[in-house]
Amino acid sequence: MALPFEKPIADLEAKIREMQAYADEQQVDLTEEISLLQQRLERLTRETFAHLTRWQRVLVARAPGRPTALDHVAAFVDGFVELHGDRALGDDPALVAGLGRVDGAGVVVLAQQKGRDTKENIHRNFGMAHPSGYRKAMRMMEMADKFGLAVVALIDTPGAYPGIAAEEQGQAWVIAESIRRMSRLRVPAVAVVVGEGGSGGALAIGVANRVLILENAVYSVISPESCAAIRWRDAAEAPRAAEALKLTSADLLEQGVVDEVVAEPLGGAHKDPAAAVAATAAAVRAALAGLRGLGGDEIVRSRAERFRHMGRMLVDSA
Amino acid sequence: MALERWFRRQRPTRGDDDATPAGLWVKCSACHTQLYRKDLVAHHFVCKECGHHERMPVTARIAMLADEGSFEPWSGAVRPVDALGFVDVEPYADRLAAVQQKAGRPDAIVTGAALIEGERVALAVMDFQFLGGSMGSVVGEEIARAAERAAEEERALVMVAASGGARMQEGALSLMQMAKTTVALEGLASRRLPYVSVLTDPTTGGVTASFATLGDVIFAEPDALICFAGPRVIQQTIKQDLPAGFQRAEFLLRKGMIDDVVPRGELKRRLATVIGLLRAGAAMAPGTLPAGA
Repeated sequence: MALPFEKPIADLEAKIREMQAYADEQQVDLTEEISLLQQRLERLTRETFAHLTRWQRVLVARAPGRPTALDHVAAFVDGFVELHGDRALGDDPALVAGLGRVDGAGVVVLAQQKGRDTKENIHRNFGMAHPSGYRKAMRMMEMADKFGLAVVALIDTPGAYPGIAAEEQGQAWVIAESIRRMSRLRVPAVAVVVGEGGSGGALAIGVANRVLILENAVYSVISPESCAAIRWRDAAEAPRAAEALKLTSADLLEQGVVDEVVAEPLGGAHKDPAAAVAATAAAVRAALAGLRGLGGDEIVRSRAERFRHMGRMLVDSA
Repeated sequence: MALERWFRRQRPTRGDDDATPAGLWVKCSACHTQLYRKDLVAHHFVCKECGHHERMPVTARIAMLADEGSFEPWSGAVRPVDALGFVDVEPYADRLAAVQQKAGRPDAIVTGAALIEGERVALAVMDFQFLGGSMGSVVGEEIARAAERAAEEERALVMVAASGGARMQEGALSLMQMAKTTVALEGLASRRLPYVSVLTDPTTGGVTASFATLGDVIFAEPDALICFAGPRVIQQTIKQDLPAGFQRAEFLLRKGMIDDVVPRGELKRRLATVIGLLRAGAAMAPGTLPAGA
């Protein structure tokens, strides 16, 4: 299923397939013609993706077929073992936690998981965690500290779930607590925004020493739809809100919110999931390697420093 | 007197007492009783008929909590910028200029040193009248600086929160203030200095989900709306009516999320009491704990 702006690309792909089929069927040599079309296709895709509007990036970040957090985990974590439950309220399938190895060293993995189809999406609550999910994340952070395991957090959520039970169980409290817990980790933490970084629900597992983002992922204080509903009183203005919010990987790099952008394959991660997860794997490995050998104090201090200096303002010299 | 000096400094811009309707008489927003304005101000903006707590201007809040003449302002040396060039129906830069002019301060918070019944504190008061008390880079910075200076000066921190959440006009940088304020509180924790958070109407979104709920003790004012997601957002998501009193201070007390609901008239005394008690620990030798302990 193509995104609206992908229609010309999809049409050209269909044409190439058609020509290939015709060539096979009629036993004629159309290699040159097909090769020309393929060059055109690559140019068109490159052109299209080089000039995506911010709203179009949001659509790519949410595209069906885009690798989910667990797809990325499968690519860079060896022997992943999922561990369930928050030891108090239940188990939240929207936030998956577990253990595994990266380059031989043990890690704690936290992954906000959207579904690959409607059924899984309902099970995963569309990647929107309840307080139970954040409690589980915090329990795993304790474990990481205790056993000296680095933390790798994969962020992909529209936001923490806004519901009655979630509020009753202290959604705000667990997010605040999780931010604090993560900022105190004496082990290295790497966070990767792989799809949607939705507000506080994303930041709750995003207080890392290195924060990476996939090229077409977004990270925002509020969803474009909600922003539009508030600022323009019309959710249909989401494309304008996306422009105003400056929420793309390039914007965030410029703002200093992320440290590194992981390039996606041409046409977006959903076009070539295998190449996308391989790129993420390489970037996570490099980020973890870069943090190896630092002492606990230094890890806490440098992480706190990273976040302490976030923001833009004018400072009076007086 | 420091406070008077500070009030003078606000001129010629209008003070935030103008946030209340002008005129001799005002109507209680809950029971609609006509109240003599001077009485309402004298009662700390609490309706003497029904006890409803109206939202309170920052200067009145400081005057109510700080011992007379004790408040020394710290905030004001950082000013917001429109880093994203954010424009909705009106440019953020214009909105900022207009509200700064009206409020007579650069952003939605005032911090400073104070005594509360003799207890040495850093007092931070958020201004809901200023763009809904939203937290952008400057609000985050003022909170961080206040927490760090409180730690240096061995003061407790008292935060009076009132906010619609993170300021969307500053994008992800606003979101990052949640982490910034949180890490800045660590110095207080490692020096065993109390942090008391007072949640007032309304405290929502990214402010509730960061420093506001990280207090060693959390108080709330009666009937204050305190939430992560606002009632309208939840209603739109679940398409159901919300239970009566949902997300109000009394509801959160029953759910175990806050330490107590404290009427405004008792707030100063209660703050001084718990700060005094938290600083009366004799069981442990004075010293510092490592961050994270």
